[in-house]
Amino acid sequence: MKLTVNGNLVEVKAESDTPLLWVLRDELNLVGTKYGCGMAQCGACTVHLNGRAIRSCVTPVASVAGQSVDTIEGQARGGRLSAVQKAWLETDVAQCGYCQSGQIMAATALLSENAAPSDEEIDAAMAGNVCRCGTYPRIRKAVRLAADYLEGGAA
Amino acid sequence: MSQQTSRLNLSRRQFVQAGGALVFATQCPVAFSAKAQASANGAMMNSFVRIAPDNVITMLANHSEFGNGAYTVMSMMLAEELDVDYQAIELEAAPTTPDYYSPLFREYLTAGSVTTGSSWLPMRTAGAKARAMLLEAAATSWQVDVAELTTRNGVVHHEGSGRNSTYGALLEAIAAFDIQPPESVRLKDSSEFKILGKPARRYEGPAKVDGSATFGIDLKLPDMLVGAVARPPVYGGTVIDFDATDALAMPGVAKVKAIRAGVVVLADNYWHAQKARAALKINWNLGANSTVSTEQFYRDYRAMADQPGMLAEDIGDAAGVLEQADDVVEAVYEMPLLAHATLEPMNCIAQVSGDTCTIWSGTQYQSNDQEVISRFLGIPQENVTVNRPLMGGSFGRRSSKAADYTVEAVEAAMGENVPVQIIWSREEDIRSGHYRPLFVHKMRGCVDEEGMPKAWHQVAVGQSLMQGTKHDPTYMVRGMDIYSLDGCLQEPFGVFPYGTSYQIPNHRVESHNAPRVGIVPQEWRSVGHTHTGIAYECFLDELAHKGGIDPLELRLRLSKDHARMNRVLRVLREKSQWDQPLAPGRGRGVAARIYSVSPIAQAVEVTVADNGDFTVDRVVCVVDCGFAVNPLGIEGQVEGGLAFGLGGAAFGNIDIVNGEVQQSNFHNYPVIRLPQMPKVEVHILPSDEPPTGVGEQATTPIAPAVANALFNATGRRVRRFPLSSQGFNLV
Repeated sequence: MKLTVNGNLVEVKAESDTPLLWVLRDELNLVGTKYGCGMAQCGACTVHLNGRAIRSCVTPVASVAGQSVDTIEGQARGGRLSAVQKAWLETDVAQCGYCQSGQIMAATALLSENAAPSDEEIDAAMAGNVCRCGTYPRIRKAVRLAADYLEGGAA
Repeated sequence: MSQQTSRLNLSRRQFVQAGGALVFATQCPVAFSAKAQASANGAMMNSFVRIAPDNVITMLANHSEFGNGAYTVMSMMLAEELDVDYQAIELEAAPTTPDYYSPLFREYLTAGSVTTGSSWLPMRTAGAKARAMLLEAAATSWQVDVAELTTRNGVVHHEGSGRNSTYGALLEAIAAFDIQPPESVRLKDSSEFKILGKPARRYEGPAKVDGSATFGIDLKLPDMLVGAVARPPVYGGTVIDFDATDALAMPGVAKVKAIRAGVVVLADNYWHAQKARAALKINWNLGANSTVSTEQFYRDYRAMADQPGMLAEDIGDAAGVLEQADDVVEAVYEMPLLAHATLEPMNCIAQVSGDTCTIWSGTQYQSNDQEVISRFLGIPQENVTVNRPLMGGSFGRRSSKAADYTVEAVEAAMGENVPVQIIWSREEDIRSGHYRPLFVHKMRGCVDEEGMPKAWHQVAVGQSLMQGTKHDPTYMVRGMDIYSLDGCLQEPFGVFPYGTSYQIPNHRVESHNAPRVGIVPQEWRSVGHTHTGIAYECFLDELAHKGGIDPLELRLRLSKDHARMNRVLRVLREKSQWDQPLAPGRGRGVAARIYSVSPIAQAVEVTVADNGDFTVDRVVCVVDCGFAVNPLGIEGQVEGGLAFGLGGAAFGNIDIVNGEVQQSNFHNYPVIRLPQMPKVEVHILPSDEPPTGVGEQATTPIAPAVANALFNATGRRVRRFPLSSQGFNLV
């Protein structure tokens, strides 16, 4: 089956029930998307399907055939970090870093739907993404900063 | 940016090119004081610094990075003295040889929040000595006085002649003039620091925003098989027999075999392996743990706490004072088993070839992994090579003395001529059997006429972390585990100088080692403090209430002879506006601890609804960690550390019934999430004392501070954790 990943049309051989997560990681070697729970409880596997955040660990690859998937590897364009990535780096969010791909993908999806989220909206949108290192205060800060960057046209 | 990108891609590229061997990691074991040695990719100036002719400077890092910021502080220290940009330094995991053992632990171990403190002199000295050699090389080449030379950003400069040379270009002169490392070297005074003490972003931060950071689970070696292990439903159970007919017929499956941990399916990828695992039919011998239950632990431990334990400390006459007292406060505090739940589950790649073994493992404890594997395979320790990728969290889990997830990968790789990677599912991780041990603390105390604590009697019961391990001689004192009493003692105990900054005139502490059954007790961020901190700081709050003294005022009085803690508490009182009244339904709590030298105290404000739902609205945290090497990193560790402790106290709980762990994933082992995270204010006290750790310090005070605040708001004490088990739900 075929799908579009980070703008490129790719052919995948995995069995149809294989979760998108493992297709990305093992067949397409896009290992920036992480396994954390396998049951949509932690958000480490968050990617975009047609621009919206989904949990790739519970998404059979066949269900996204012909559609457009974006991963953390596709966020920087031409070597330029996205506004959310820039805000993340500026705020020094990451500690161990394992959840951060998912956090950035969730925040990016949030800001594409809501350019100026309130604190409550940030909390609600990011509640599905666990960070065991507890970088939450800086996640809040970085989402607000990214919103500022986007408003100012920095991206 | 481009330099960072190339540096951070290096590890992954090296794997591909070298077919799995991190070539550089085994090439440069040289003693710290040895002369500069030429090697293919530059000259080793000393054990920690290699400089290449193209001026690439490489640091060999002998501490692990798992979110703790080790790579950042170590590169900052080296860069400061060498006069280079810390982010331009390349980094390699130092090989597992005694040269690189922690000077404190005498093992290759990253633990105890000691990386910053124990790297402070070695890394700076390594940088300063390398710089001194470069200066001497330039001075000799240019026939000028060393005193006329300056360095900046990897270049030696001579003002008078206008000559410049990169460090890399001086390597030939170092060899030609046979320049040796100096015996001693002057380190910069703090007033000269350009990097240390300034907020610095995470060294490997760029790779953690673009998805390129490589964790163990991400590694792919040529021809590698990936394994999923079916484990017994009860920890310690064994395989009687199994039927793999269906599993072997499934796509990608290469082999199914029994190992000590269970039955392993080896396949071409993890999805195939775990899918086939579900098709296995296995007869288990559940073994001796099949009758274990955590409720029985609580019953047994409470009964033990009523009996005299081993006596750790007996200052004054607590027993006598309590016997005479009219009004004795008594409380039993109970803390459950806790899983670490690192977001990257355990995983390890192993390859066994003849009498050598190579592993790729996220680990805090390289020398122990090497030791356990060498014993298991019967091969010399130096034949075991440990490659260390980044780790997706650890919190103590990856310092397993049993090296459980490591040695099982080695076992699975035996007889296979290819690398084998074992990846754990979240369910295996939650049910791994490696937990913060369950503890019961029985507390008794009374106050004097002024309301101050007069006598304190504490009996701690729980499974020891160290008993019967190789650390027994160091960390067991007269049969007692010093970690079971973390922060509870007023006098020196074993290698710990003292535990608490408080002075109570009659102070008696006893300890029981509970039978080591059912689980493997394992260090969990801040170790014994995770339970002793709750028992000590909550019971102190009970005595404050009994004596009618404000709990922060009480701590100020009790710590009056401990200048550093006293200062922390004074600042906390001011910064938290402690003495301002709060609205009804709200409450304030305080707790203060010392972990690995650094005093830390937190004041929290909570709002509690009638149904017990509560929010932590604000946490004010004051920490004295000596000279603050990286204030930005410290703030992050404090925020994260207290988040970890808050989640654990609020809802962390592992139940075992008939030997089976009841929890399995984040839906029934909840962890703290963004909406539950309080606003945190971190105040780092200025200090010229040598730097000490902050990785674990903030984890401890938050739980008792919140429990004390809940009491302050509602009048109801929590003495069994988690808070959710007592009707208080963090929302």
